[in-house]
This record gives sequence, C-alpha cells and structure tokens, in this order.
Amino acid sequence: MTAPVTAASVALDGAVTTAPPAEAEAFIPSRGFWGHVGHRLVRDPVAMAAGAVILLIIAVAILSPWITPMDPYKGSMLRRLRPIGDATYWLGSDELGRDMLSRLMVGARLSLFMGVTPVLIAFAIGSAIGILAGYVGGWTNTILMRTIDVFFAFPSVLLAIALSGALGAGIFNAIVSLTCVFVPQIARVAESVTTGIRRRDYIDAAKLSGASALTIMRVQVLGNVVGPIFVYATSLISVSMILASGLSFLGLGVRPPEPEWGLMLNTLRTAIYVNPMVAALPGLAIFIVSISFNLFSDGLRTAMEIRQ
Amino acid sequence: MSVSPLIQTDLDPRDRGGPAQPLLSVSGLIKHFPVRKGLGGQKQVVRAVDGVDFETLKGETLGIVGESGCGKSTTAKLLMGLIERDSGEMLFDGEPVGGRALPWRAYRRQVQMVFQDSYASLNPRMTVEASIAFGPKVNGVPGRQAVERARGLLARVGLEPKRFAGRYPHELSGGQRQRVNIARALALEPRLVLLDEAVSALDKSVEAQVLNLLLDLKAEFGLTYIFISHDLNVVRFISDRVMVMYLGRVSEIGPSDAVLAEPAHPYTGALLHSMPSLDPDNRTQVALLAGDPPNPIDPPPGCRFNPRCKLVAPVCSSIEPPLDPVAPAHRAACLARQPGSGHPDAPAALAAA
Amino acid sequence: MLLYILKRLIYVTPVAFGVSVVCFLLVHLAPGDPLSAVLPADATQATIDEMRSAYGFDKPLPVQYAIWLWHVLQGDLGTSIATGRPVLGEVSRAVVNSLILASVATLIGFTFGTLFGFVAGYRRNSVLDRAASALSVFGVSVPHYWLGMVLVIIFSATLGWLPPTGAGPDGSGNWRPDFEHLRYIILPAVTMSVIPTGIIARTVRALVADILAQDFVEALRAKGMDEWGVFKHVVRNAAPTALAIMGLQLGYLLGGSILIETVFAWPGTGFLLNAAIFQRDLPLLQGSILVLAMFFVLLNLIVDVMQTALDPRIERA
Repeated sequence: MTAPVTAASVALDGAVTTAPPAEAEAFIPSRGFWGHVGHRLVRDPVAMAAGAVILLIIAVAILSPWITPMDPYKGSMLRRLRPIGDATYWLGSDELGRDMLSRLMVGARLSLFMGVTPVLIAFAIGSAIGILAGYVGGWTNTILMRTIDVFFAFPSVLLAIALSGALGAGIFNAIVSLTCVFVPQIARVAESVTTGIRRRDYIDAAKLSGASALTIMRVQVLGNVVGPIFVYATSLISVSMILASGLSFLGLGVRPPEPEWGLMLNTLRTAIYVNPMVAALPGLAIFIVSISFNLFSDGLRTAMEIRQ
Repeated sequence: MSVSPLIQTDLDPRDRGGPAQPLLSVSGLIKHFPVRKGLGGQKQVVRAVDGVDFETLKGETLGIVGESGCGKSTTAKLLMGLIERDSGEMLFDGEPVGGRALPWRAYRRQVQMVFQDSYASLNPRMTVEASIAFGPKVNGVPGRQAVERARGLLARVGLEPKRFAGRYPHELSGGQRQRVNIARALALEPRLVLLDEAVSALDKSVEAQVLNLLLDLKAEFGLTYIFISHDLNVVRFISDRVMVMYLGRVSEIGPSDAVLAEPAHPYTGALLHSMPSLDPDNRTQVALLAGDPPNPIDPPPGCRFNPRCKLVAPVCSSIEPPLDPVAPAHRAACLARQPGSGHPDAPAALAAA
Repeated sequence: MLLYILKRLIYVTPVAFGVSVVCFLLVHLAPGDPLSAVLPADATQATIDEMRSAYGFDKPLPVQYAIWLWHVLQGDLGTSIATGRPVLGEVSRAVVNSLILASVATLIGFTFGTLFGFVAGYRRNSVLDRAASALSVFGVSVPHYWLGMVLVIIFSATLGWLPPTGAGPDGSGNWRPDFEHLRYIILPAVTMSVIPTGIIARTVRALVADILAQDFVEALRAKGMDEWGVFKHVVRNAAPTALAIMGLQLGYLLGGSILIETVFAWPGTGFLLNAAIFQRDLPLLQGSILVLAMFFVLLNLIVDVMQTALDPRIERA
C-alpha cells in the first residue's frame, strides 16, 4: 500500500486482534436493563414507601373478609355516626351505624379492582393498537391514529361519565367506560414509542438478517416498547382510581350496600355537619392510594431513565 | 496487505461467474423522495440518488466518498433493499437481485451491513451474544449452534466471549460495540459487507484498530467490502478502488491510488485539498470548496458541480457530463477531461482511436 | 399564518366529524329502547310504532345519523324529554355558568401555578422547589370531589364563612358578578383550580429551569443585563407554552366539572349532565356532551393557533 503516512495509518501497524488497553475497562457484572432499573428503584425512598403503602392496602383488601373487626354490612340505628376514636368503632360509624374501619377495609377490594382493572385491560388493548400502528405505519397508522384522535377531543372525565351515563350504572359498565377512556391514551404513547424504535438501526439490521416482520416484532420490538408503555400505564392508575370512585360517587358505579370508597363518600355527604371527620375518611383513602400510585410511577419512570 | 481483487485464492462454493464477474453491478439506480411544500403546494422530489452506475469486483474494497447529502447512505440502503429503488438494476454475481433466481431473502444472506451508529444498531435489551445469534437463528440454525457461532465470532473480532457474551450494549465502549456489529454482520457468512461510515464515530486510535480488524477478516473470510466514508484518509487506507459521489451521481471512479493522487474531476481535487494536512507547512489557507452543495430538489442544470467548480465554462451549465474513461479503469464525469466536449480545457480530440 | 389556520381547520374537520359520530352513537349504546323513557308503561304496540317513526328510529342508523347531523348543523339539538324544552337552550344556559366557574378556576390555577413554577424554576432543589413539586403531586392525585367536600366541611360546616352549595342566594339561578354571588363561587373555583395549579406549576418550573440553563441567558448576563431584564426574557420565552397549557386546562375543567358541580350544586353543564343521566334524558345527554366536546375541540384549535402566533420558533408552514 502506497498511502501516505497519516495519523490513522501510523497506529495501524501490527494487527490487533484482542481488545487493546485503550478499550479495556474494569469488569462490570452484567445486570441487564431491568436489573439496573430495580437497583435504582430500591434506592429511591419515596418510591419504596409508596410501593409499601400500595402493597399494604392490597394485602388488606385481599385479607379483609378474615380480618375486619366487625361486620361491614351490619348496622345499628342506635349507634350512627360515632366519631373517630370510639371504643367500639375505632374509625367511627357511618350513617347507618356500620363500622367505618371494616367498611374501608372491605371497600379497598372494589375500589382497587375498579381502579386497576380498566388500566390493565387498556394496557393490553392500547398497546396492541399502538404497536400495530407504529410498526406497520402507512395507512394502517393513519386510520388507527386518526380514530384515536377523536377520543382525545373528549376530556377524560367527560368521556367516562358520558359512556357510563349512556350504558347505565353498574360495576361492569363503569369498568368498560374507564377502559374506553384509557385505551386511546395508551395507544397514542405505544404508537409513538414504537415508531421511535422502528426507525432504529437495529431493526434494519434485523430485517437484513432475513427475519420476518412477526419475528422482529416479537424479538426486537416488544422488549423495547413494553417497558415505557407499562410505566405510562402505571401513571394512569392514579387517575383511574379517582375516576372509578368518582363514578360510584355519582351513583354510576357500585350500588349500595356494597362498600366502595367513592360510594361511601357520597352517602356520607349528608353527615358533614354531624361528623365531618368520618365523612371525609373514604376520600382520604382514595387520596392515599392515588398519590401512592403516582409517586411509585414517578420513581419507576426516573429509574428507567438510564442514560446510556 | 489486501487480497488482490482479481486473484481469488479460496473458491467460494457460492461463486457462480468466476473471479472476473463483478460481485455486484449496479446500473441506473434512482431514488427520489417526494416532498410537499406548504398546503396543497406542488409536489417536489429530492433527487437523493439520481442515476448511479458502478461495479464491485470480487474480493476488492470499493470506497465511496462524498460530502454529507451526496447520496452515499441512500445508496447503501438501496443496495441493502432497506428502501425500495425507483428504478435501476442490480446484479449480484450475475443474477438480478429480487428476481426468481435470487430473491431478496437469498441475496441478503450474502450481503450484510455495518451501520455508523454502533449504539443504535444494537438492541439495548439484548445481550451482544443474543444480537449476534439472532441472524443465524432466524435462518434455521439451531439455538445452541447459533450461540456457539456468536461466541466464536466474538473471539474472532477480539472480544473474549467469557467476558463479553453476556453484556448489554451500554456496557461496552464504542469500539467494542462496533466489533460486535461486525461480528453480527459476519454471522450469516456474507460475501459482501457494506460498511456505512462504520468507523467514523470512533476515536482515531480505536478506528485504526477496527480498520485493521476489517482487513484481517476480509482476508480470512474472502470478503468483498463496500466502504462508505467521508474521510479520505481512511478510504485511501482501506480501498482498492474509490468512487466519488456528488449530489446523487457518480463524479469519478477508479483505482484509489489514481483517483486520490491524480484526481480527474475537479470536485475530487477540491475534496482532497479541503482535507486538513498533517504537515503544518502545507496547510490550505483558502477554502477550495466554498459553500454548501446545491439543493438536491432542483440541482443546477448541466454539470451539477458547475456552481462551485474552478474550471467552470459556459458549456458546463448546458451539458450533463457522462461518466467517461480518462485512463484505464478510471472514469470521470467532467467535460474538461472529455475530448470534443466543447470545454476550453478539454484535451484535443484524439484522431479516431 | 392564514395558511396555517386553514391547515389546522382542515385537520380539525375529521375530528369534529368523529366527535359527532361518537355523540350520536352514545344514545344507541344505551341499553333498552331510547323511547322507553318517553312512553307510558302501558303503551300499545301501535303507539310505540307511531312514536318510533315520529322520532325516526325506524330508519337505518346512517340515515338517522344524517338526519340528526342536519338538524344539529342548523342548531337543533332536539328536545329534552324531561322538560320538553329545546336542548340547545338548556345547554347554553348551563354552559355560561360552567364557563364562569371554569374560567375563574383557570385564572386562580394560572396565577398560583406560574408563581410556584417561577419560584421553583429559579431556586431549583430549594425547600420552595420541593414544596412546589409536592403541591403539584397533590394537585394531580387528590380526588377533587373529596377536596370539595373537605373545603365545605372546613369553611361552611365548621367555620360558617362561605355558603356550601349553589351559585347564589336565590338557589341555583344564574351567577352574576356581584359581592353576594362572589362568595358562592370561591369554594368550587378553588377546588377546581387545584389540578391546573399543579400542572401549570410543573410545566412552568421545567420551562424556566430549561430557559435559565440556556446559553443565551448566560450571554445576556455577560452583556451586563440586570436580573429584571433577564426575567423579562424568561417570561417572554415561557409565555407561549404556559398560555397553551392554560387554554387546554380550561377545556379539561369545562368538560370535567361534573363531579365538582355535583358536590356544590353549581347550575352548570355538569349538573345538567347529572340530571340527564339519572332521568335517562338521552337527547339532553347527547346534546350537552356534543357541545362540551366541540367546545374542547375549538379551544384546542384556538390554543394551537395562538401558540403558533406567539412563538416564532414554531414553523407555520
């Protein structure tokens, strides 16, 4: 080779076949992406505390039939609206003389179920729509995403109430309505994440290796999009809890005498002059769960922002 | 240092036309991207690749150089079929690519690519071993064997499998990642490897190591390279032949020694002069290549280089110069080098040779 | 600019069309016969058929939609089953009340949101910054209908300072801008402003921090500009986005006011919707949702155009 000596060719003499010192670095044990995320999440005290609260409330909800101090359905006309700190009713009693603590514990079941289920279903449906639109692109994308745009023309509270108002009251209808609210939101995020991934060179490289579109979707795309979509979905649980209880509060969700926080808040509205602290309790429960999910989701998102 | 292009020592069983048949020959390759200006504005096209012809010989390294926006990368994507060509023909070892005898899938098994961005071209959620084994797996190699092959290739590109196989891309340096990308490209045992600015993002010392590795691998596996770069020093080092592109067209092509030592096209000359010299006494003070390349939406009439050319003559804006021979195996698209073109600097027409 | 507005209008048209389809289908989503609320329980089959054809329910859905849309475009949203009055009149009256409440809430939210956002953005990681971000988490996590109740408990039931419900001393009439009516709007407006306060504070904090970290601020200071001058530059750069967020929040509040309006018995669209749902007054339900959604679409359009006009960095092509 007669090339003139340049900076590049000076260093070229002698074939280098093993990683040379310039590139060598301290050995780091490989943890993988989720390993890193978990490691960072554990060190976030706020997220951990929020996670602990969520786990505690889930545990109470599951175990409530066995651990409630009193029968949550049995009231006493003589002992209505006892204050907080009562010897029998630790957290007071409601307008029908039922134990608040027991009702709040059992109420966690329906409240959590109605808040979390729509997000889970919407996560599955919305991800599928968004990933399909993002990965296939073209006309499929245009049609799907323009349809999604229509749902964004409704503020989410309005859409939820309009749908359950039209469908009628009931747990099932409330869950269907809330799912319809969250599917477009998750689909939009899924689409933008997938579109971003689809343009990456490693997807091109996978195409060049002769893999079918389905294989690329399964092996190369899915693992990279599910994480961000999931984090977004967890941030919706907080809104979903508020909306689900809000529907029951309006009388569109759970029906009495089932204990559910939103419904309890509504029936206790009449008691605000008699025993305001007890009347506010169910709302406080919704607030604690909602803020815990929000803080945990924030922590999860921060932990996933690993700069590479 | 490199294998002579015409003497193929070990015969590839997939070889069809013999050593004299070009491995890849491209003619009339065109790709225009439509753009729309404003609401209901007229449709226009970006002439990203506008009639490119060239051949890659078996066992050679063909360098492709040019400024950014000249169509190098679009050409690479067209060659790989990552974007669809508008027109033009591609023959791989004599067979039309995409034809019945050589469908895209079969072609791609023999042609692989290494991308510029070493990070973006590796899946961040997959270990490097899994990334390398992916190609063989989807082509029917059983899982265990594919992993075995991946580990062998990792060792071959200088990354000890025990240490590196289970790592994720963000746990590697840029040079190490590019080695992984090279291993991944080789996992399907290709005959032609397209390197699109594959070393451009690396530090100079790492770049040198990777270039050497590429030369070793080429000799060992009997590969042919198409090496795209904007860095003339690197191209000079690795290429047997060089092709210079300007605004979607080939302006000069020939043996790298000839093209880079005695450029026949004024654009190549200007590129060479604009390179920073390492000799402090020999630094260019005047910018020979002033301004940006013209807009590829409506390139200037005639020779596309004429607005920036120091040899420009009236004829240059009326005739589009053909890519004609100026010396054996050396062709250039410049009227000033073509007898009888009407350019004042053109050599006298040789009596009908 | 005109071209840009035209382009946005063209983009909005299919969305508006989609919204009308959704609103139309809402009634047909409802279980049971939409007529069941109007008809007496002992209606004969002949009466039912007669009513069905009178309302056009015997025609295929697309035809019904076309007829409905034709009426809507002429401003005819049908007749309320409960009151027998035109839906449009009922909705317009309610929209005015809702708009007043939502505007006041947005104004409160914008004032406090920008204030907290600026302080937090200027003094990042300080105690004030932490307090501002805690407040914004609170704003988006708190069930606002509960917050409304808590405020009523504190300021009406316990302290007796402010009236708990209604828009004025005459019950649920229309709100007027005088002192007596002002007392009625405080609690619902403050309750409603919590969400926009949190969101605007969060956005403004990020904007201000981002702008202050940019090179041009450094250059302005190096040039000898005082902090007040720098502050004016920061405001000018943050304003378009902050105003856009404010506009969108107004839309969300207007559409999402139903829970708060129910808590405070505020005679707005939310209250109207609530009544429509429980009386199964489907034309009224359909009409109010259509009006609110269209309002939201229009607001989005205005915000978009205004933001483009204010922000020279956005390309108008």
